[in-house]
Amino acid sequence: MIYSIIGYYSLISGLCLGLILIYFSVKNFKNSKLLDSKILSFTFLQFFFVVISFLCLILSFVLSDFSNETVFNNSHTTKPLFYKIAGTWGNHEGSLLLWLFVLTLFILIFLVRSKNQPIKYKILTLVFQQIIIIGFFAFIILTSNPFNYIYPTPIEGLGLNPILQDPALVIHPPILYLGYVGSSIIFSSALAATTLKMINKSWAAHIKKWVLISWVFLTIGILLGSIWAYYELGWGGFWFWDPVENVSLMPWLALTTLLHCILVLEKRLILTSWVIILSITTFTLSMCGTFLVRSGILNSVHTFANDPERGLFILVFLFSLIFLSLIIFFFFHKTNKNNSESLFWLSKETSIIINNWFMMYFLSVVLIGTVYPIFLDVISSQKISVGPPFYHKLIIPFLIPFLLMMAIGPSLKWIKSNLENKVYLFSLLIISILLSFLIVENFDKNILINTILISSALYLFFITLRDFFIKKNKNISQNIAHFGFSLLILSILFNNLFSTEIITNLKVGETFVSNDTKIVFENINQKQEKNYKAILGNFSVENPDGTTDKMLPELRIYNQPNIVTSEADIKTTLLSDKFIVINLVQNQEYFNVRYQVKPFMLWIWLSVLLVSFGGLVSFFKRNKHEK
Amino acid sequence: MKNKFNLFLIIVIFIFIFVIFYKSLQDTNIYTPSVKINNEIPSFSAKLLYSDETVNSQEIFESNKYYLLNIWSSWCVPCREEHALLMDLTKEKNIIVFGLNYKDTKINAQEFLNELGNPYEKIMFDKDGVKSIEWGAFGVPESFLIYNNKVVEKYIGPLNKELIKKIKLLIK
Repeated sequence: MIYSIIGYYSLISGLCLGLILIYFSVKNFKNSKLLDSKILSFTFLQFFFVVISFLCLILSFVLSDFSNETVFNNSHTTKPLFYKIAGTWGNHEGSLLLWLFVLTLFILIFLVRSKNQPIKYKILTLVFQQIIIIGFFAFIILTSNPFNYIYPTPIEGLGLNPILQDPALVIHPPILYLGYVGSSIIFSSALAATTLKMINKSWAAHIKKWVLISWVFLTIGILLGSIWAYYELGWGGFWFWDPVENVSLMPWLALTTLLHCILVLEKRLILTSWVIILSITTFTLSMCGTFLVRSGILNSVHTFANDPERGLFILVFLFSLIFLSLIIFFFFHKTNKNNSESLFWLSKETSIIINNWFMMYFLSVVLIGTVYPIFLDVISSQKISVGPPFYHKLIIPFLIPFLLMMAIGPSLKWIKSNLENKVYLFSLLIISILLSFLIVENFDKNILINTILISSALYLFFITLRDFFIKKNKNISQNIAHFGFSLLILSILFNNLFSTEIITNLKVGETFVSNDTKIVFENINQKQEKNYKAILGNFSVENPDGTTDKMLPELRIYNQPNIVTSEADIKTTLLSDKFIVINLVQNQEYFNVRYQVKPFMLWIWLSVLLVSFGGLVSFFKRNKHEK
Repeated sequence: MKNKFNLFLIIVIFIFIFVIFYKSLQDTNIYTPSVKINNEIPSFSAKLLYSDETVNSQEIFESNKYYLLNIWSSWCVPCREEHALLMDLTKEKNIIVFGLNYKDTKINAQEFLNELGNPYEKIMFDKDGVKSIEWGAFGVPESFLIYNNKVVEKYIGPLNKELIKKIKLLIK
């Protein structure tokens, strides 16, 4: 009760501070010799108020204060403390507070860290960031106040959606948001730099670490979401091309492209338009994702509430930002003609540009697949859904040249280059093709396309592996990231090719025998936990190699809200995952049993970690140079 | 000149996107079927919750009788609230209350009825929610008043005392 009041007024104070900050910034901008010390303190104060308000909401959740509407809708007294706290950002209102937290945190760090930057640039970045912050303050206070008061106070809350009660999902939103919202600082800074015509090498070096850190968080955030979907949703996959997954992938694609453009810009004064447009695009796509998910246009576990008023607010806000940035881009940005023409066909920058175009192509495919159903529905009232085959058909063929380019590109030199070590490059290619043919040969599906795919991924794998030993830490971060990426593609390919699945209905005591696997459904046990009842199936699975695994998939019946979820049991080994999940079959004592053997599952996660580790290495390397 | 034209073109594209998104916001039933009032009841066959017997929807509704088809689920909180009203309504002679159990499990549904009583003469089981969509339902709870094989009234959300009064007046 008291926390709700404190939290609410902290929000109002934060909003007021945003307006005051803009006023001071404009004043300071006119006679800018020194950065007004008030600006820094007010920015800190604004961040402080957001933290207070966030803490108040957490406390309301911990104390189960059901006079708060958000707590009432998303918590329950029987929920473990861990999930009470996590419930704070497991809902629409709380997650917006998290947005604000990251927005204000990043601008504060930005102001503190960029001491050597021109004052006008810092102030202008602050103004753009404050426009975003004020927009979100207004959005929260007007349409999604987390501190709404209900009277009479309910005795019990409605509970958190059980599928969200999962450790991976507790850290997934904050991590993802650091990347998602972190791109706002790139957006603000790019707009400021464009206005002041200071898109140059030193700006690129300065903004690079922001791009890197957002990129690392975004990558890990997506990874966590994917891991969660793998073992909680029980569909046995890690990526479903669900619209909500897509809206997190799109900023990632844009950000990855931006990262490469920044690297080029740091060395040569080209691709300036690319950099500005991508900075704008990345943040716009993050906002667009928020709009699509929160307005209820797309249905998914992330759709918290179906409120058109909220959707309208974000939509208007989003498009105002887009128009603002378009106007700034078109009126202030002049491309430097002298530099842009001088691209030699065989050079590092050319290979990066080629792969940028591929990335843009992948981005458009995902974008069209995600929004096309919405457009079609409005224009012709037809309802379609776009599934994995669409993405696979359009993306996979273009992955081949993309991978080859990734393999050759880094070994080229800036400006102008010759292919060195032709013998090496060529012999590795031949080895990759032969090796992948030997792997695929035993399987009679699509030998040609699979051989080419695997060999291009293997090629990248060998080249990057070789670079570890040859280049002697010349560009170790890029090498790690590219090596990780080749590993990711290889794991995904092998995972797709060699997965096996058994689906059957079994009663307790029954045995299923296929040609090499034997599944025995031994018995079921019951377990009573604080907030759910569980039915544990006791299975023993006899593998082709004679070993036996005990597997215990679970059905959880949550009490509040009353939902049944399936918890898969997964035995993870270095080479493959064994995955078993049970479901109730209606009206019968049969259970639907799905047993899958998925090779290289662990490597998918590990390789993504490796990719983001590459980013981290680059981030810290940068810092050393500065000092 | 070329620059201005590009700007103009891009702004036009974005305005178009804005309009589309705006329209899709307005269209709240974008993923839900249209409301069907005064329509023939849809034909489908469903299993009954208790007996496993399959019934045809057009056979169980006799003409010249009032029926209330209530879509409910054990996990739905408002269903719990309206349940007492259904228990009250089912005492009326002129109306027969049917249930359509939506995306539920058999055990939970039965526990729910054991706890709160069973107002339904027949309960059809709709595990995947497809039958409810055929009825044009938005969600749970939802009720349809049926007479002469036609949907006379449709009530979205939980029934309340006033609606029950109205139903009682209608069937007299």
